Amino acid sequence: MSSQAWINLAYLAASMLFIVAFKLMTGPRTAVKGNYLGAAGMSIAVLAACCESPVMERVTTHGAWPLVLVGLGAVIGGAIGATMALKYPMTGMPQMVALLNGFGGAASALVAGAELWNATAAAKAAATPLDPWTQFAIATAVTGLIGAVTLCGSLVAFAKLEELPRFKQAWTDPNRHWINLSLATATLLVLWGLCAFPSSNILFWLLVILGGALGCTLTMPIGGADMPVVICLLNSYSGLAAAAAGFVIDNSVLVIAGSLVGASGLILTAIMCQAMNRSLLGVLFGGLGTTTIASADDVYAGKVKSASAEEIAMLLEGAGRVVIVPGYGLAVAQAQHAVRELAAALEKRGTTVEYAIHPVAGRMPGHMNVLLAEADIPYEKLREMDDINPTFPETDVAIVIGANDVVNPAARTDPKSPIAGMPILDVDKARTVVVVKRSLSPGFAGIPNPLFAADNTLMYFADGKKAILDLTAAIEKG
Amino acid sequence: MTFLLGLPVAALQIAGVPLPTLLAEVTAAEDPASRFIRLLTVFLLAMWVGFEVITKVPQRLHTPLTSGSNAISGITAVGAIVVAGSLATRFGSLLGFLAVVLAMINVAGGFVVTHRMLEMFQPKKK
Repeated sequence: MSSQAWINLAYLAASMLFIVAFKLMTGPRTAVKGNYLGAAGMSIAVLAACCESPVMERVTTHGAWPLVLVGLGAVIGGAIGATMALKYPMTGMPQMVALLNGFGGAASALVAGAELWNATAAAKAAATPLDPWTQFAIATAVTGLIGAVTLCGSLVAFAKLEELPRFKQAWTDPNRHWINLSLATATLLVLWGLCAFPSSNILFWLLVILGGALGCTLTMPIGGADMPVVICLLNSYSGLAAAAAGFVIDNSVLVIAGSLVGASGLILTAIMCQAMNRSLLGVLFGGLGTTTIASADDVYAGKVKSASAEEIAMLLEGAGRVVIVPGYGLAVAQAQHAVRELAAALEKRGTTVEYAIHPVAGRMPGHMNVLLAEADIPYEKLREMDDINPTFPETDVAIVIGANDVVNPAARTDPKSPIAGMPILDVDKARTVVVVKRSLSPGFAGIPNPLFAADNTLMYFADGKKAILDLTAAIEKG
Repeated sequence: MTFLLGLPVAALQIAGVPLPTLLAEVTAAEDPASRFIRLLTVFLLAMWVGFEVITKVPQRLHTPLTSGSNAISGITAVGAIVVAGSLATRFGSLLGFLAVVLAMINVAGGFVVTHRMLEMFQPKKK
């Protein structure tokens, strides 16, 4: 077998390891192993890349310099990546993932740019211009475009999630659709031009600039609540950019790994859209609509009952089964540890405590689970929506902390509501519902929540963390 | 449904290659169209495998799944290494070097942060 065949075999092994790595992501224990196997696959692929003939030919003529250059880049990048990974707080995971997506997209675009530069230089030396509409030409253009969109889209998403002042507000210029449309048209024209005239490096970089601008203008109008969708979509793009780069350099491990990531991002995008009851097109182009909705006064008038920590503590003392429904507000208040202590106080009295996690709790898919796991809450107690919904009728007390729209029964009962049909946690079916909230202000959807006025609901108006601490103290005293 | 188109192509390719030539060193260049179809086959089949495998991941693990897949999208490091290490042109190598740095941030950051998260999901020893 030729040495290239051995290299390809190594790529095949790496691809298989990636697939197994995804396969093992089904449980928390096996996932650790899966992550190691993924890293092993990556190491194999990277080592095999160092043995590719273009690199090895240079090693025989120039000594170890090419490997020193590559090694230096790998050490710098690895150090930056590992530091970020160890330092970033868990609440900031969405930002970190957004940044990494952007870097992945940028790397793919740079690979395409470098390949094109080298190919045009070689073509000039041989006096044979590059053929138009070849796989190389098309794939280079597509990689540059997706990579640039991913990079700039991710940077804007990062800025929004970090709540940098300039990006905090969604961009709602009424002309934005025209700006996007003209940018998209220009981008497609340049894309076509580059496929027809692949020797033009200027067209490639123009495409990258236009793609980058498009990535910005497409992400800027998207509101904070829709960020989970954007992160998933950008994750998918970063994979697709890698797959497209595989078509540029004719390498199947890039295509396989890239399309696995692309598929993963697309699935998560679909799940997030479904859980928020929004279409992907609605998220990308709609912005939050201003629908006319039932006035809050009609819904709440005289029906809202509030209770003190002592009253709720008494209620909890008699409860056999308590379900805690955490929303992102809980994470913002850094109340995860306080919640665990409340659960511990209840469990000491023999109460069963579980957590009901809505798919969009948090700012990226599965975010709330990570935040609760960080506070040492056992994995088994974190229950998914479909799993826990049938158990609410047997639940004595449901405690809702920092969640609003995801427990709004209007999604089930009012077909005219903007959230009609959205899957929700059926907390209203529990015997008693305690809602910990600062005021009756609406959630992201901007609509009143009939749950707050229901007969079996007690409102506990307080700051999330302080409320939980007071409640725990009251239970331990009683 | 597009992935179904890839299947007969893959089957034909496997059937059309006799074993001795599979392991021999063939120097004849592959024609561009069949090279493209080969990669397209790989792309569609891998997408399909991806859909099948990832729909089975529970929602509780979706954040580590995202960061782990992020690390794997750093596979573009392979392309970056080849283009940087080939030292064909100065500008090309510079771009390649930058690509290696960015891709390795992705790889190291993704795998390390995924491990950090998964550790938190493990049962605690008391």
